[in-house]
Amino acid sequence: METRNVVFIALFAAIVAALAVFPPITLPLVGVPITAQSLGVMLAGGVLGAVRGGLAVVLFLVLVAIGLPLLAGGRGGFGVFLGPSGGFLVGWIVAAYAIGYMTERLWHRLNYLVAAGICFAGGVVLLYAIGVPWSAFVAEIPIGTALAGSLPFIPGDIIKCLIAAGVMVIVKRSYPIITPKSPAMPQTGM
Amino acid sequence: MLTDLYVFGDSPLHRTRPVVKITALVVFCSTLFIVEGWASVLVAGALVVTGFAVAGLKPRHAFVSVRPALWILAAIFAVQAYLTDVVFAGFVVARFVVLILAAALVTLTTRTSEFVDGILSALTYAPAWVPKEQIALAISLCLRFIPLVRAVLEDVRQAQSARGLDRNLTALLVPLVVRTLKTADEVSQAVYSRSFD
Repeated sequence: METRNVVFIALFAAIVAALAVFPPITLPLVGVPITAQSLGVMLAGGVLGAVRGGLAVVLFLVLVAIGLPLLAGGRGGFGVFLGPSGGFLVGWIVAAYAIGYMTERLWHRLNYLVAAGICFAGGVVLLYAIGVPWSAFVAEIPIGTALAGSLPFIPGDIIKCLIAAGVMVIVKRSYPIITPKSPAMPQTGM
Repeated sequence: MLTDLYVFGDSPLHRTRPVVKITALVVFCSTLFIVEGWASVLVAGALVVTGFAVAGLKPRHAFVSVRPALWILAAIFAVQAYLTDVVFAGFVVARFVVLILAAALVTLTTRTSEFVDGILSALTYAPAWVPKEQIALAISLCLRFIPLVRAVLEDVRQAQSARGLDRNLTALLVPLVVRTLKTADEVSQAVYSRSFD
């Protein structure tokens, strides 16, 4: 992997970390805080593309795991992965990769609506498809109940999709990073 | 400034190598899910309490670690008590608390720098296809640039606030992302010019 790509990965992980300073809004009864950080995850895929975006989120989560309080509300350490909502954190990696993959495929047709649809598919549908069964398993509750408990977050997530889509389209015009025609970058183990 | 969650101390737990602690944590958590029941949770809970005592950590540290999950644990307790019974609901919630505290024990007794050193020294044993230097570069760049990106975000926030746009997330995120991408290009030029690769 080129050094330039390594630097993009490192700096985008830093963006996701910096977005924690937006104060989280925690809904009572559900617990998963609504934060600007998942916006950062959507942007990692939508701005850097699949491999770099996914690796940026992996790097961010590694730094969280080794004890830096980088999640919104100053949370960090291994415990956040073992809590009931740990699946959503791991799902961020897949969400960023999927959003990046779809953005690369649809790069020439990317407009606000397409970008919003991509963010919804990757950052909401796919993310919940990982996070909800995970919390159902660890909390030993039926999947339907876990899904019902997550529903209050969907409006906030849709708003984040709309914001992320706007940013993706503007960054595509002003400082494009994704090169859709280049061959797929080699996977690197991390 | 980046601060980690480490609590200063000089106990056997503080001195254990990070890789040992992580392995122990993985074994501990898996066992709790394989061997279900109050008995295993009580034994594990006793182990965690002993660990906290040995490491010289206070109940305050334990409470701070569990606090972010309190609401969701209360909700799970209510759902489980309704679907099954109070005993099982208590078991599920107690298991979460033990898991989170066990993880907190590792996090609170290990400096981030020890973990980073552990990762970097583990990389020297990694097979050749692993891009070791690049992983090391990514970790150290990210640690270095988090405070910088925070400062950029604060700059942008003040600039947009002067325009009355500080409640507009797009107006905050676009300059943040573009400035960071430009910085990334400059940094990679600097890395090239020093013949890093």
